[in-house]
Amino acid sequence: MLRPLIVIKRIPNIDFMGLHKLGFLFSALLTIGSIVLFVTQGLNFGIDFSGGTLIEARTQGPAHLAEMRSTLNDLGLGAVSLQGFGSPDEVLIRVARQPGGDQAQMAAVTKVKQALGNGVDYRRTEVVGPEVGGELIRAGIVATILALFAIAAYVWLRFEWQFGVGAMLSTLHDTITTVGLFSLLQIEFNLTTLAAILTIAGYSVNDTVVIYDRVRETTRKYKTMDFRTLINKSLNETLSRTILTVSTTALAVLSLLVFGGEVLRGFSVAMLWGVVIGTYSSLFIAAPILYYIRPRRTSRAKGPEETPAEAAKQKQKVS
Amino acid sequence: MLYFPKWLVALILGICLAGVVLSVPNLFSAQTVDRWPNFLPKHQVNLGLDLRGGSYLLYQVDMRSVLNERLDNVLDGLRNEFRTAKIGYVDLGVDHDLIHFTLRQPERMEEVRGLVRKVDPDLAITSGADGTVTLKFSEVALTRIDQQIVDQSIEIVRRRIDETGTKEPSIQREGADRIVLELPGIENPDFVKRILGKTAKMTFQLVDENASAAPGHVPPGSIALPLKDGHSPPGATIVVQKRILVSGETLTDAQATFDQYGAPAVDFKFDTVGARRFGDATKANVGKRFAIVLDNAVISAPVIREPILGGQGIITGSFTSQSANDLALQLRAGALPAPLVPLEERTVGPGLGADSIHAGALACIVGVILVIVFMVIFYGLFGLFANVALFFNLCLMMASLTVLGATLTLPGIAGIALTLGMAVDANVLIYERIREEVRGGRSVISSLHAGFERAFGTIFDSHLTTLVAGFLMFFLGSGPVKGFAVTLSIGVVTSLFSAILVTRLQVVTWLRRTKPKAIPI
Repeated sequence: MLRPLIVIKRIPNIDFMGLHKLGFLFSALLTIGSIVLFVTQGLNFGIDFSGGTLIEARTQGPAHLAEMRSTLNDLGLGAVSLQGFGSPDEVLIRVARQPGGDQAQMAAVTKVKQALGNGVDYRRTEVVGPEVGGELIRAGIVATILALFAIAAYVWLRFEWQFGVGAMLSTLHDTITTVGLFSLLQIEFNLTTLAAILTIAGYSVNDTVVIYDRVRETTRKYKTMDFRTLINKSLNETLSRTILTVSTTALAVLSLLVFGGEVLRGFSVAMLWGVVIGTYSSLFIAAPILYYIRPRRTSRAKGPEETPAEAAKQKQKVS
Repeated sequence: MLYFPKWLVALILGICLAGVVLSVPNLFSAQTVDRWPNFLPKHQVNLGLDLRGGSYLLYQVDMRSVLNERLDNVLDGLRNEFRTAKIGYVDLGVDHDLIHFTLRQPERMEEVRGLVRKVDPDLAITSGADGTVTLKFSEVALTRIDQQIVDQSIEIVRRRIDETGTKEPSIQREGADRIVLELPGIENPDFVKRILGKTAKMTFQLVDENASAAPGHVPPGSIALPLKDGHSPPGATIVVQKRILVSGETLTDAQATFDQYGAPAVDFKFDTVGARRFGDATKANVGKRFAIVLDNAVISAPVIREPILGGQGIITGSFTSQSANDLALQLRAGALPAPLVPLEERTVGPGLGADSIHAGALACIVGVILVIVFMVIFYGLFGLFANVALFFNLCLMMASLTVLGATLTLPGIAGIALTLGMAVDANVLIYERIREEVRGGRSVISSLHAGFERAFGTIFDSHLTTLVAGFLMFFLGSGPVKGFAVTLSIGVVTSLFSAILVTRLQVVTWLRRTKPKAIPI
């Protein structure tokens, strides 16, 4: 019979609650740092959000970036930025928004194409008006905030409000620090990144819910156990699952990062960070928060494993 | 938990089989699938423009200009009505979206209301005791006008695009006043932008020979328009009567052609109504000049030498063969009711699209292999069960995307890769639970039973929260976010099915066949 090669035999006994103050401090610093970075350094908005023109070109043979840069900057189109994109023959050209309407943007594209001459393959051209960009930013912020509330509401519905607060805070932490990472590394922040952030929110809660589920179960099983031990026990019991799930998800994200191509790079970086931070926050924020805002011990929330008989017993005890 | 009624087994196997069968066409090229006999499934998943290459154009319908034009018409109409009814007024003018004037005799207000309604019934009237009146389009009327204008615009855009012979264009309304064009396979959308760049409103009006174009000298019934006939100096203007003899709506055909000197020209034909009107007008005005007005500029102002009765004509002027072609196409397709303002344009060449597909597929395959190996290392036989479930999950995702007619984009592929990594989470939860129960000293059957049962609640909750995020992305996001949300949400649902039911069915079958004494986990 095919047996597993590696088995985590023993349930670990890590004192998560002993580490939680350190975790809170670390997270507070991370969050504040992210906000400071966001305010001072801002984000490297892609043209989805900032408007402007982007051209992805492939040259025959390696691209001479310096030469191309000086040619294009002599066109009088304002700042034209060039950067290599994946392979040496691929160049990403960004042209700032031109004064005037759409005709002006189109004219800029034509000028760039003429200046680069023949022998260049234009793989992608994107022109986005500032109006659209503004709307996309607004829609993105609305989506993220709604996602946070929807998640909190769902967790509240299925558990109790204390769990909802914990899930929301830890998800907020993950979202803010992801934005902070993008600000720190100045990776392009575009629509796909936004999708990544919402997915991170979903993943992080997913992880938190698994742990909360166990906390709730343990609470019911050991009615007199003190909360500190109880949280530690729940975290340790679910730790092997946490590690295995993080690993499989991280493997999938890593293969996206390595093989998924240049266009998905930002997305993959965000996801990889999100998987790590989402797991960390479930262990060191979401669970310990419950210690401070304790849910009631005689839980009225309907768990799936609560049989009618058990529920009846509970009722008797209360009355 | 460990009992499967026969019908459920049949249902699970049926769904898995359907998933495999329906996803198979996606493994082959479109040409290959086309040659298959008809009883085989042939639907393939729709690829987004970022994968197949093509152009995406977002336009805004310029409602402002339509309303302004309409208010100007109201202004002219009111002047005429007031003149015939001998109503005195001062201060008549347009201010943003309203018309204002002051009556000399406020007591004639009722009469004025009647006249306003006659000119344009959509106007809401507010009047003061001192005779001041403001007119504005009511909200209801505005909504209706918006709706009509956008609908008409979409229709005209469709006709113009069809005239160009573009294959499989998708033209859709977005929001209140926007139009999205998706043109697969179009690498350079310049020609599309050119033919949509003009409203192409054409009218025939008489030239007002007596008036001078100097400001203040233009009589009320006339208007000075720029003259762009190709041989006048730039900035030249010509005064034409506002009355429209015939409008471009009565054209039945227009073709690019050449005049007797070999210069590009546009040849047109009127319908019977237009032909009669044009005939009458030219008969009554022999020796005078008429102006062909296109989008508020006179493109030609020929002298009428004899009545034109055949309902046919030719426009010569400053055409190149391309602009003659474009105008002919625009006249055939009809005038746009409002100018279209381009907001966004994205073009992906076929090279990048193909590269993206390869990169995405490679990432998915590598991801799956890594996860498969990982699961076998950590769970042995049960890892294999999970991998079988993962395989069906992948098939079901592709099949769902295909059957639902969803569009697969590059972020969508990322969604698939990610879901595959997350899909085994359900298995991990179940297996870890089983391990715990085994450690707790339970029997084989009881551990398996408890594992599946207890893990279910957790799996359900954790999947549903991901689904919540997916739905929000779908309804609030646009473009790539939407594509990603679709695959993520479908993936969550299919993984719920495959991880729970498909895995359990395998475990139960294994249990029956081998009657194991211990669980190899």
